[in-house]
Amino acid sequence: MTDAAISEPGLLRLSLHDVSKTFTMHLRGGVVLPVVGDVSFDVHAGECVVLGGPSGAGKSSILKMAYGNYGADSGAIRFHRGGGDSIDLVTATPRETLELRRATVGYVSQFLRTVPRVSALDVVAEPLLAHGASRGEARTRAGMLLARLNLPERLWSLPPATFSGGEQQRVNIARGFITDHPVLLLDEPTASLDATNRKAVIAMVEEKKRAGIAMLGIFHDDDVRAQVADCIVDVTRFAARAA
Amino acid sequence: MSAIASYNFGYLDEQTKRMIRRAILKAIAIPGYQVPLASREMPMPYGWGTGGGRGPAAIIGPADVLKGIDQGADDTPNAGSIPPFFAKVARVETTTRTADATIIQTRHRVPEEKLRAGQVLVYQVPIPEPLRFLEPRETETRKMHALEEYGLMHVKLYEDIARHGEIATTYAYPVKVAGRYVMDPSPTPKFDNPKMHRSDALQLFGAGREKRIYAVPPHTDVVSLDFEDHPFEVQHFSEPCALCGAEGVYLDEVVLDDRGGHMFVCSDTDHCETRRADGHVGALGTSPMESADV
Amino acid sequence: MSDEALLRVNGLGKSYGSRIGCTDVGFELWPGEVLAIVGESGSGKTTLLNCLSTALDPTRGRAEYRMRDGAFRNLYDLGEAERRFLMRTDWGFVHQNPADGLRMTVSAGANVGERLMAVGERHYGRIRATALDWLTRVEIATDRIDDQPRAFSGGMRQRLQIARNLVTNPRLVFMDEPTGGLDVSVQARLLDLLRGLVADLGLAVIIVTHDLAVARLLSHRMMVMKEGRVIEAGLTDRVLDDPREPYTQLLVSSILQV
Repeated sequence: MTDAAISEPGLLRLSLHDVSKTFTMHLRGGVVLPVVGDVSFDVHAGECVVLGGPSGAGKSSILKMAYGNYGADSGAIRFHRGGGDSIDLVTATPRETLELRRATVGYVSQFLRTVPRVSALDVVAEPLLAHGASRGEARTRAGMLLARLNLPERLWSLPPATFSGGEQQRVNIARGFITDHPVLLLDEPTASLDATNRKAVIAMVEEKKRAGIAMLGIFHDDDVRAQVADCIVDVTRFAARAA
Repeated sequence: MSAIASYNFGYLDEQTKRMIRRAILKAIAIPGYQVPLASREMPMPYGWGTGGGRGPAAIIGPADVLKGIDQGADDTPNAGSIPPFFAKVARVETTTRTADATIIQTRHRVPEEKLRAGQVLVYQVPIPEPLRFLEPRETETRKMHALEEYGLMHVKLYEDIARHGEIATTYAYPVKVAGRYVMDPSPTPKFDNPKMHRSDALQLFGAGREKRIYAVPPHTDVVSLDFEDHPFEVQHFSEPCALCGAEGVYLDEVVLDDRGGHMFVCSDTDHCETRRADGHVGALGTSPMESADV
Repeated sequence: MSDEALLRVNGLGKSYGSRIGCTDVGFELWPGEVLAIVGESGSGKTTLLNCLSTALDPTRGRAEYRMRDGAFRNLYDLGEAERRFLMRTDWGFVHQNPADGLRMTVSAGANVGERLMAVGERHYGRIRATALDWLTRVEIATDRIDDQPRAFSGGMRQRLQIARNLVTNPRLVFMDEPTGGLDVSVQARLLDLLRGLVADLGLAVIIVTHDLAVARLLSHRMMVMKEGRVIEAGLTDRVLDDPREPYTQLLVSSILQV
């Protein structure tokens, strides 16, 4: 199913090289906002690299570029798939990016974009279905994850649009963790969670590490960060110089 | 003949006859395909057999023997007036005997007697386009025929079954000719459809008002449309002809009196008379019709 | 995942004299991908859709489609019979107004079954069973199978149109503002249905819409059109979250928040 076997720790999975991004706000007279410049770092199998720095420094932008959600202006974002095979997301076609998302890189976003009428269970199960699992298998696994995150079962069959922030976040997390993608991107996964659920997420991150998954994340909470981070990359190093 | 007007042989002028013959040849070359033709004045109005009339007019020759059928009978309006008309303008013999005719113009029935090679059966057709009621646009129906897109024809049959539990069409039942064109066989009862299949005779179909001619050459496949699980079936009659005892023929219901008395008799009057002349007698023996004198 | 594209478009353009309908359009589409063409009125998106679906002949350019036998054919070289056959079997077209894509005076069952009958299905029982199955899939009560679409609501008619188009398992479906004019809750239901069907059946879809929310929900990739040209293209979430072109930024910022 995934294109990486459960790997030995240490294998290079994701590398960023001289990645730069600016925003040009045409609606504001074309003002150019530099975000980051010359971002370079690596993420290996089984480790969790945390992006650190104050808000506005560009952490979320880096994560989004690593998912193809934002377009990098220059540089390379390479996913290494074993056997010397790698693909650069910056130059990938939309089709290649879709395939990367299907099989290689998962994303836990900060906000859940709700789709009307789809139940929380099905929202979580969807990435596994795209992988080829049967509906039954996917739903069972989804239920297991939601249970670990203490989402009450009576909510599973409801669309998440009316859930609280913390409930929605747990749906998001479950959706991101359900597959075996070799790379996982985590954007503030514990921001709205209480202590019990923060612990559950930490445990899940540890499990992923043991399974050889490479993770890149942003964690607002110092405590959580201290427990999961194998290395912290200070994003202010990559502050882009204003034009 | 009076001296006020002398008509060309067969009423129509030679150029018109040539035009119609060309259309007929085209129709024979493409079985079931509706060939357009130009309209010419005929001394009967549209709806009274002009479509049929042009056919014989174009092909009739001095040696031909003409018979007319109107709903099976030999003496009802079309059958009663068209052969005498041709007798006047072409001086041909007319007959009521199917076996003796070379050209038979018919309104809505096929003779019971098997036709032989050399005979021509000319059908009168009101609306030649079988798809008309489902697709009113002529531009679209022409494309459908050209591209053999006949799904819509089966939609009509599907609707029948959905609504009535069976295919409710009992006359003008659509057929596929030579495996290619779908044709309206004119408003003959579906009972007659099998007779059109691989006939030894030439069958011509003329629509005067709509200005079309189509043809089924001899020995051509004519297959009624149906579904695998709702196959085509002809009407079955529970009784034989009351006059001649014939079975497996199309029967007309005739009202005898005003007390509900009725009988079922052969629609094909020539066929009935021939059988009675040969000695066949039905349940009602000598027909009270003969004495009733309508 | 199959490697070969389903549709390859190159330099496609349609002009009306000196007036440009659409110009210089090129892209590739793979099975299972949903491509949204967005833009405002007059952007050329409908002209492009009509050219792609061969309803209009383009002025220049090619569109090569991979037929069921694997061969690529330029759509504009197809004969009329081939084109119509393609439209009935391998393609679907969902019109904005469902009455344009249905036979209003024929029962729902016959509407769904017509394409089957057009390709030679001759068993009434099977046709009806297939029609019932599809009505269920598009959430129309099966007891309405013999009713005419004239008696259906707008949302039901649209769902019937979808069933009619999908019954022959097309590989490519064109949609022209399929949710236009529908009430919001009806629209939500329809979009969810479309999402599910596209995923289940692996359909490739080209959908024209001016509604960016519909594009976000349904499509993987997006092309933004303005004055007949494609001014930005890419992954849908990328174009909507990180718009580069001034016009795209304008469009995205104009969406009303609820």
